Amino acid sequence: MKTHSGVLVIAEQCFGDIHRVSYELLGKGREISQKLGSPLYSLILGGEGLNVEELNYCGADKVFYMKNKCFEKPEEFLFKENIVRFIEEQKPEVVLIGATSFGRSCAPRIAASLKTGLTADCTDLYVDEEGNLIQIRPAFSNNILAHIKTITIPQIATIRYKEFNEGKRDTNRGINITVLDAYVSLNDKSEIIEIFKDSDFDITEAKVVVSVGRGIKKKEDLEMFKELVELLGGHLGASRAIVDAGFIGSAHQVGYSGSRVKPKVYIACGISGAPQHIAGMKEAELIIAINSDSSAPIFNYADIGYVGDLYEIIPKMIQALKNNK
Amino acid sequence: MKVVVLVKEVPDMGKVRFDTEKGVVDRSSADAQINPFDLNALQAAVDLKNLYNGEVTVITMGPLRAERTLRDAYARGADNCVLLSDKHFSGADTFATSRTIAAYISKLYDYDVIICGEKSIDGDTAQVGGEVADILNIPHAYYVEKINSISDKEIVVTINSLCGSKQLRKMKLPALISVTKNINRNELPTVKRKLKSLKIQVEKFGLSNLIDYISEEDTGFKGSPTKVIKVVVPKEKIKECKVYKDDFRGFFSDVLGALKDKKVL
Ligand SMILES: Cc1cc2nc3c(=O)[nH]c(=O)nc-3n(C[C@H](O)[C@H](O)[C@H](O)COP(=O)(O)OP(=O)(O)OC[C@H]3O[C@@H](n4cnc5c(N)ncnc54)[C@H](O)[C@@H]3O)c2cc1C
Repeated sequence: MKTHSGVLVIAEQCFGDIHRVSYELLGKGREISQKLGSPLYSLILGGEGLNVEELNYCGADKVFYMKNKCFEKPEEFLFKENIVRFIEEQKPEVVLIGATSFGRSCAPRIAASLKTGLTADCTDLYVDEEGNLIQIRPAFSNNILAHIKTITIPQIATIRYKEFNEGKRDTNRGINITVLDAYVSLNDKSEIIEIFKDSDFDITEAKVVVSVGRGIKKKEDLEMFKELVELLGGHLGASRAIVDAGFIGSAHQVGYSGSRVKPKVYIACGISGAPQHIAGMKEAELIIAINSDSSAPIFNYADIGYVGDLYEIIPKMIQALKNNK
Repeated sequence: MKVVVLVKEVPDMGKVRFDTEKGVVDRSSADAQINPFDLNALQAAVDLKNLYNGEVTVITMGPLRAERTLRDAYARGADNCVLLSDKHFSGADTFATSRTIAAYISKLYDYDVIICGEKSIDGDTAQVGGEVADILNIPHAYYVEKINSISDKEIVVTINSLCGSKQLRKMKLPALISVTKNINRNELPTVKRKLKSLKIQVEKFGLSNLIDYISEEDTGFKGSPTKVIKVVVPKEKIKECKVYKDDFRGFFSDVLGALKDKKVL
């Protein structure tokens, strides 16, 4: 008899909305649970009124809804305390957590409390012949892929957003929801004073990203790119070089130390294509590069390129797009 | 104000070579350096020290040669440099590393804030901070872009992004924070401090010094719950790029076709 069984997906909610990574985890979790011949559970922690039956529809055999006001705001310690208690009782063999900012901040505490291994930011998972979960993750600034096995139980991994397909939604799937109260709802060591939005855009959700690099000479030159972005209905991205130069806020930065984006179309303007920039955009469906230097590495990653001065090309593109309307 | 900074020594990513055939990282191909993200952590600590009359202790776990990284940290403003080094510590994953570091910090006993960088450029896990905080049973905040205020009892920080929002959070001390690269700009070391750094004493601790706080089987490879079973170095995919020059119309019609194809227009 195995002491632990079941695959547990920790679903994430952000201010009352279930984060889509949760459905992706259920999609992959289903596959893993079938291989292991064990059930797929999902735990979600939140306040009143979450659409938790969606977790059933998208693959969970059993949903545990831990309902308490204290989960309305993201604070790692309380989430961790409650998740750990739940895992100790439920004893799953595999735990999957979204590698979102909150997931990556919470997971190390969960794993350390359980004295078990944790693999961060996985891009793939499979089960080997002995029933071990093999976790694949990029390391060395995305230069290698490490295959990792965990010898303790549960095996915990955080999984990148937009890496897997969402679990197939089927409203005929049986609803099985257990509502629980929080084990602990107070943390006197940490207090959230205020929550605020600084920008109302999320570059990782954009369908089109137009990114600008050191090819521009001054901050004011960003205006023409804003116009282009407007015409294409996208978001403005940036290389670290112009973020560091103070031309634009860090929420726009694409790359290894910025956001990783996967838009349908990525347009890189005056960006050389340093490995740290490529790490953040190479998975875009289509990449267009504009650069005055024909030997710039960005062309090795692009589908369509233009060798020329962006001060000439961008106004032309804007005009041509307007004419096309 | 007693500030502890956790730093890691990493290879220079611009130079390190990866063997696609054998699937190995040739660490000897590149010089070791202080993890770039940790420079922001160190700067944040030095800034606190200058404001509040504090003391900065830098800790790294690694082989004896990591002494160099600690001297660099001293040159940049650290006061005490601690190297955790022992043959038993080698092969440690994040959990074994965190336990070893936490063991040293427990021994140190008197500290107010622990500061880490956002992640390391070789491991990329960003796990050690959270694990250390949990083992020490202290609160933590990741992605800190600003330290708003600090007293001898608590710290208030701005968290850059959690669930798509910023957060102003107050934590009781001691607490651990990991900082983003936007929190500050690294100052260069002065020549005077650089020269002095060559002469300072780096404190070294091995398993025998920490034995009241950690046992051998919890350290190094033996104490690591995760094992790397294989490393694959993917070959760079070079795309067939259709490059235009002096032909804007050709370029634009291709772009337009692609935009329509992707249904963004
Ligand atoms: C730990 C670490 C993390 C990093 N993280 C990131 C990250 O997240 N994101 C990131 O972007 N970088 C990151 N970097 C920095 C990265 O290494 C590069 O320095 C940076 O991406 C360069 O930005 P750039 O391409 O805009 O500038 P450059 O490399 O200076 O390139 C400018 C390009 O513009 C072209 N150009 C100039 N004038 C014109 C013109 N008139 N018309 C058309 N083209 C023109 C030039 O030919 C050149 O190719 C990181 C570095 C480190 C060490």
